[in-house]
Amino acid sequence: MADEAPQTKTSSTGAEGFAQFARRRRGASERAIYFIHTHPAIIPLAVLTASIVVFGLVLGARFFSPFTLTLVMQQVMIVGIVAIAQTLVILTAGIDLSVGAIMVCSSVVMGQCTFRYGLPPEISIVIGLAFGTACGLVSGILVAIVRLPPFIVTLGMWQIVLAANFLYSRNETIRSQDIAEQAPILQYFGRDIQIGGAVFTYGVIAMLILAAIVHYLLTRTAWGRHVYAVGDDPRAAELAGVRARHILLTVYAGSGLICGFAGWALIGRLGSVSPTAGQLTNIETITAVVIGGTSLFGGRGSVIGSLFGALIVGVFSMGLRMAGADPQWTYLLIGVLIIVAVGFDHLVRRAAA
Amino acid sequence: MSSDPVMTAEGLRKNYGRVVAMDGVDFDLRAGEVLAVIGDNGAGKSTLIKALSGAVMPDSGTITMDGREVRIANTKAARALGIETVYQDLALSPSLSITENIFMGRELRKGGVMGSVLRMLDQERMNRAAWDELRELGLMTIQDIRQPVETLSGGQRQGVAVARAAAFGSKVIILDEPTAALGVKESRQVLQIIRDIRDRGISIILISHSMPHVFDVADRIHVHRLGRRLCVLDPAQCSPADAVGYMTGAIEFQPG
Repeated sequence: MADEAPQTKTSSTGAEGFAQFARRRRGASERAIYFIHTHPAIIPLAVLTASIVVFGLVLGARFFSPFTLTLVMQQVMIVGIVAIAQTLVILTAGIDLSVGAIMVCSSVVMGQCTFRYGLPPEISIVIGLAFGTACGLVSGILVAIVRLPPFIVTLGMWQIVLAANFLYSRNETIRSQDIAEQAPILQYFGRDIQIGGAVFTYGVIAMLILAAIVHYLLTRTAWGRHVYAVGDDPRAAELAGVRARHILLTVYAGSGLICGFAGWALIGRLGSVSPTAGQLTNIETITAVVIGGTSLFGGRGSVIGSLFGALIVGVFSMGLRMAGADPQWTYLLIGVLIIVAVGFDHLVRRAAA
Repeated sequence: MSSDPVMTAEGLRKNYGRVVAMDGVDFDLRAGEVLAVIGDNGAGKSTLIKALSGAVMPDSGTITMDGREVRIANTKAARALGIETVYQDLALSPSLSITENIFMGRELRKGGVMGSVLRMLDQERMNRAAWDELRELGLMTIQDIRQPVETLSGGQRQGVAVARAAAFGSKVIILDEPTAALGVKESRQVLQIIRDIRDRGISIILISHSMPHVFDVADRIHVHRLGRRLCVLDPAQCSPADAVGYMTGAIEFQPG
C-alpha cells in the first residue's frame, strides 16, 4: 500500500496572499443593520422617545409631566413584568399563550391560601410562586422533552389554567378592604414612593429590577447565551455542546415563576384578587415583545426592548386618551406598529442571511 | 511527518436492520497528517466518521486513541478525548458573535465571587483567546471578534468553525466536506487553514468529494468502498483518476 510520503504539497509558506480574508466594505445601510443587530433595543428606544416627544409637544405639560409619565409606567407594570417572561420564551423560538392565565391563577392561589385556608400570607405567596413555576415547568416538559409545538402546548395550558382558575376561585373576588386588613403584604407592590410629582409604585421598581436581573442573565452568563443559541438553531447549539432541553426547561419554568410573581404584583395593582383580571395579558405581552424588537423566530432580541415595547403601548394609549381620541385609534396604531416591527425584523434577517 | 498512529480502528461493524453500513472497517490516522477519506455515496464513509466522532456506536470492533482502547459513546465523549468535528452545515449560531460561537458550551467564567456566585462570563478573556486563535489561522482581517457570525462570508464562517475545533487542545479534527459550499477562492483559504492546523501537530480527517482539494492537502487517502477500507493511497504516487477508479470499482485494487 502506498505509504510514507513526506511529499510536500503546496507549500504553506507564502500563504499571506490568500489566507487573508478580504476586508468587506460596508455600505451605510449594511453598517446600520449591523448596528441594529448588535443593539436590538435601539429602535424601540427611538420610537419610545419620539412618541414621548410628539405627545409632549402636542399635549404640553399635561402629558410631559413626571406624574403622567410615571402613571404610564404604573399602567404598563403588569404587562412589562409578564413581557419579560414572554421574551425568554420567544427568544427560544417559542411562544407562551398561557402567561396571563398563569399570572391570574397564581394571584388567586395566593388569595385563596390566605383567606380560605388561613395560611400566613407569606407562605401563600411562596405557594403561588411555586404554582406559577410548576405550570411553566409542565409546558417546558411538553415542549423540551415530548417535543410538542410551544404554540399548541401553551394554547392548551392557557385554557386549562384559566378554567382551573375560575373553578378553583368559584369566580369570587377577594375584596381589597379585606386584603388590606388581614394580609397587607399581598398588596405590597401597590405601595409607592413619591418624588416631586413622580409616583413610583413598588411594582414599577420591581419591574425595572427584574428586567435588569434577566438582562444580566441573558447577556452575561453562559445560560443566557445558550438561550439565544437554542433559539437561533437548536441542533447547532446541541452539536456545540449546549444542553438544549435543559435550557428550554429552565426558560419555561423561569417564565412561570415570573408570571407567578406578576400575580403577586397584580394584587398590588388591583388591590383585590380578581379571577377575571388579565384576560388580554398574553396578547399584550406578545405585542410588547414584538414592538420591542425581539424576533418571533428566536435568537434575537432583549428584555430591555420588550420593556420599551410595553412603554410604547402605554405612551400611545395615554397620549391618545389625553388628546380625546377614540381609544380604537390606540389599537389601530398598535396594530400598525406590530406589522412594521415584524416587517423590520424580516428585513434585518434577510439582510443578514 | 511522524508515523505514530493517533487513532486506529479495527473491524468496525454496524448494521441498520439488513443494511450493512460498516463491514469490518479498519482505519488508522497518524500524528500530524491530513488523511482524506473518500468513497462513493453509500459506501459507508459517513457511518465511519460518525463512529469516530461519537454520533454512532458501532456494533462491534475497537477504536484506540494513542494506543489505548476507547469507547466513544457520544459527541461529548469524543470531545473529551480530543476529537472535534466540524459539521458540513457548520453548526454555528448565526446571530451570536464569533467569540460566543467559538466558546459555545465551554464558556469561561470570571474568577472569584463574580464567576462562582453571579456566574459572570469573562468576555474579555474569551475575546482575547478567540482573537489569538483566529490570528494563528490567518483570519486576522475579521474586523471585530464580537460581530455576529451571520455577517461573515462563507469562508470566514468555515474558518470560525475550524477555529472552534482547533481552539481546545484537540488531537484530531474531523472536517466533513469543508469546501462543498464554497467558491474557488474561499476553498483555497480553507485548505490553507487545514495545512496550518496540521502544521501545529493536529491530525485531520478530511471528508471530501472534491478530488483536486483532496490531492491538494492530503498526506494519505483512505479509499472507502462497500462498507470497508479498500486501500490507502499516496497522493504523490497516483492520480485523481486512479483514486476515483478505486472508489467506484472501475479499477480493481491489487494489494502489494
